[in-house]
Amino acid sequence: MELNFIFKILIGILVIVTFFQVIRLIELSSRLAGNKDEVTERSNNINGILLFASGIGLVAFFFWQRATWGYLTLKEPASEHGVLIDQLWHTSMGLIIIVFLVLQPILFGFSFFYRGRKNRKAYFISHNNKLEVFWTAIPTVILSVLIVYGLIVWGNVTNINNAKDGLSIEVYAKQFNWTVRYAGQDNKLGDGHVRFYAPSNPLGVVTDHMYKIQSDDLDEKIKNDKDKLLIEKNIGKRKNISDRIDRNIAKQKMFKAYYNSISEEERLAGEDDIVVAELYLPVNQKVAMKFRSQDVIHSAYMPHFRAQMNCVPGLSTQFVFTPTKTTAEMRKDPDIIKQVNEANRIIKEKGQQSNVDFDYSLLCNKICGNAHYNMKMKIVVVTQEEYDSWLNEQAETRMIKNM
Amino acid sequence: MGHHHKENFFSKYIFSMDHKMISKQFLITGMFMGVIAMVLSALFRMQLANPGSKNPILEFLLGSNYVTEAGAMTPDAYLALVTIHGTIMVFFVLTGGLSGTFANLLIPLQLGARDMASGFLNMLSYWFFFLSCIIMISSFFVTGGPASAGWTIYPPLSAMELAIDGSGLGMDLWLISMTLFIVSSLLGGLNYIVTILNLRTKGMSMTRMPLTMWAIFVTAILGVLSFPVLLSASLLLVFDRTMGTSFYLSDIMLADNGIMQVLAHDGGSPVLFQHLFWFLGHPEVYIVLLPALGITSEIIATNSRKPIFGYRAMVGSIFAIGFLSFIVWGHHMFITGMNPFLGSVFVFTTLLIAIPSAIKVFNYIATLWRGNLQFTPAMLFSIALVSTFITGGLTGLILGDSALDINVHDTYFVVAHFHIVMGLSAIFGMLAGVYHWYPRMYGRLMNLKLGYVHFWGTFICAYGTFFPMHFLGMAGLPRRYYDNTAYPMFESLISINEVVSFFAITGAIIQVIFFFNFFYSMFRGTKAPLNPWKSNTLEWTAPVEHLHGNWPGEIPTVHRWAYDYSKPGKKEDFVPQNVPLSKGEKDH
Repeated sequence: MELNFIFKILIGILVIVTFFQVIRLIELSSRLAGNKDEVTERSNNINGILLFASGIGLVAFFFWQRATWGYLTLKEPASEHGVLIDQLWHTSMGLIIIVFLVLQPILFGFSFFYRGRKNRKAYFISHNNKLEVFWTAIPTVILSVLIVYGLIVWGNVTNINNAKDGLSIEVYAKQFNWTVRYAGQDNKLGDGHVRFYAPSNPLGVVTDHMYKIQSDDLDEKIKNDKDKLLIEKNIGKRKNISDRIDRNIAKQKMFKAYYNSISEEERLAGEDDIVVAELYLPVNQKVAMKFRSQDVIHSAYMPHFRAQMNCVPGLSTQFVFTPTKTTAEMRKDPDIIKQVNEANRIIKEKGQQSNVDFDYSLLCNKICGNAHYNMKMKIVVVTQEEYDSWLNEQAETRMIKNM
Repeated sequence: MGHHHKENFFSKYIFSMDHKMISKQFLITGMFMGVIAMVLSALFRMQLANPGSKNPILEFLLGSNYVTEAGAMTPDAYLALVTIHGTIMVFFVLTGGLSGTFANLLIPLQLGARDMASGFLNMLSYWFFFLSCIIMISSFFVTGGPASAGWTIYPPLSAMELAIDGSGLGMDLWLISMTLFIVSSLLGGLNYIVTILNLRTKGMSMTRMPLTMWAIFVTAILGVLSFPVLLSASLLLVFDRTMGTSFYLSDIMLADNGIMQVLAHDGGSPVLFQHLFWFLGHPEVYIVLLPALGITSEIIATNSRKPIFGYRAMVGSIFAIGFLSFIVWGHHMFITGMNPFLGSVFVFTTLLIAIPSAIKVFNYIATLWRGNLQFTPAMLFSIALVSTFITGGLTGLILGDSALDINVHDTYFVVAHFHIVMGLSAIFGMLAGVYHWYPRMYGRLMNLKLGYVHFWGTFICAYGTFFPMHFLGMAGLPRRYYDNTAYPMFESLISINEVVSFFAITGAIIQVIFFFNFFYSMFRGTKAPLNPWKSNTLEWTAPVEHLHGNWPGEIPTVHRWAYDYSKPGKKEDFVPQNVPLSKGEKDH
């Protein structure tokens, strides 16, 4: 093992030394050949040809990548607004690909074509107003169209009225997992706040029932401490305990103040909320998804739905969309099957047994800590009937008032 | 500057107030930082191509804190490397290194001044820069490692050590280093502006300035206006971190030794930090890019043996880009929960930037048209810059469009975009500048053949590294992921990652040729003639030997613009700026 390591280091040093020697050799030989480090017609020719080749190479590389890796990219969107976004995507992408395929060959073509010659004299031209106005106007017109088109789509996707009659669901982010809250019968999410957190109430939902449990708990803590204070003699320990009492009284006060600031209606709305660790969505049903975070900024990224929104501590955000394909339907999609097969081939190559199938994912897409890369949740899109029966099952144990 | 004082080793090489020496100091420090940032990127590219495999080089370089027991990179180390790679590249290499080198070297020489307006401030500017470099590097060796919240250091992640190890002492050092850097950048920037406005030689009207000067002028204005905002953003973050204020923090609960703690911070907004950060952050992109474009304008005109096409349009676009860069910052924040209407405004202003950018590209191409192109390595890098500026700029039309940004925001599509349009373009501009002005700096030529090998290797590896990343992004792969194997949907992307890593590491190795050439030619290169590229600008009229005060006698007087190449009726294909107009000859 040790020997192996020394061997590796020696090889490394050898490679570096060889590298430097080769460079020196090139350097010295070019000096011997009388090279004065001047650009010659020959070097212009060679570089001109290489530039021409790299123009072709760049275009070829572009098409090669599309052919080789194109099937790995996201396919048909699985949401209503995703179709609009993808139309805009294809329009913009088509446009920039055309510009790319026109400008790069011109750039490299000119470089080759006008490569330096001894007898050539460059053409003296400093400007041409007509031409410049023309090529300012063209991008202006194209961009105007893109801006207007883009803003129409953006307006459609983010319209505040979209949230009406959408299914209210809260996605709650924390290092490093996701929790989901369904609104229950009334389709209204109760208020939630980190100050209401308790192990039994991970999302800090504010309801009378939760308030009573947590408030009683605090009262009890304060009472216990007061009892301890009566018998404790050690001055240092007494100070600790009385500090804790002060802290808990302050906490109780803030807790109560926050509770009183929430209307009764809202407190009631929270009672039938259902807190689960999976995200089930009914197909073809508009979802008004709300996001909260309890620690740092996260981003709820659902690429197949073309949906993403940051989860910001202290700020409630929202994204509205309608899933249009169930997980089962997606698994039958030929494009998806191709991607899944490729993934399984690679997993098998690595010597792992499991066989994966397609699932929608919710990924974290804002750096949030060391396990950022593994902060994920499965999204399952099902038919309305399947969704209803799943939710009823969850409601039995996971409803706030039952917890 | 006329009076001579005795120079010793320290006043000549270390605490020099001569702009040429300071420029070299900036360049070599910038190159050194560049090597570090490049090595960091090579290390995390190894991890991405070979997730979870042993990384003895990392352990050797940074110690066992950065690897797991099995010898693989830890997730914390990955984030630390990515963060510091970004910070060093953006600020230390492409802002300090690029502007510091070429603004210092070229402003007095191209405008005909004895030195910068204040040599002392100029020296301070470098030493603040040097100090900030040292502090940034030292953060690798403190408990918890360096800042790891990404180069954008968004709070709350960057505000609390409980959230990530790197937000402890490492983050403090990051903030201190950045504060010093900002001081350096402001001292430099003010100096550049004052010198350009006040110390131009006789006849050098603003409209006769070479485009490098215009670019550096606007860059300095951008820096002076925007860096103070980053300073205030950092200060508020320091308050939040150490004094319990709540500028950016609200409603936060974190696990402390397994017990959930609700923090006392209340009423702040993390989005506020993003607004402040990107108010610098977006102009910063152009602080990086504009000097590179200025350098390229000069090199392309000189080596095409043609006037730059549309000089006035070029100056106009520099100003348009500079102005617009201040009102587009929101395009980094479309999905932060910002009001969608505000997003619309930023879409509008962002896509407008494409117009002056397009004008610049067309003008570069028109300058090549019917030229007599001399392919020096500097010229090759300049052409490559135009190419990457086109490729990377075009994807900006996608990312600047809020509706499209929803799905590619923070994915590898973004990584591809900004590395090509800003990273590659600016690095190519910087390398072009080094090859072009090396004779002016060291009185010798860099070896031409090695320059060609370096260029072609770099150019191929650059595209090979960053072009495939578009496909990663279009597959929905988020950036800053330590490992993609947590998701079956990303398993098959490993083939792309292998290609990217291969080119990235090869590209990094190829830079050895450049460093060899740079240092070897300093002592053994061919002695440079006075004006090796047959250029028009004033710096090539100053003697090869470095003099305090640049010109031994009178400062030359300027009679024409910088771009009289291949002017009809002239014997030579260039007419330096200090040659008087002949009878009946018109200035441009």
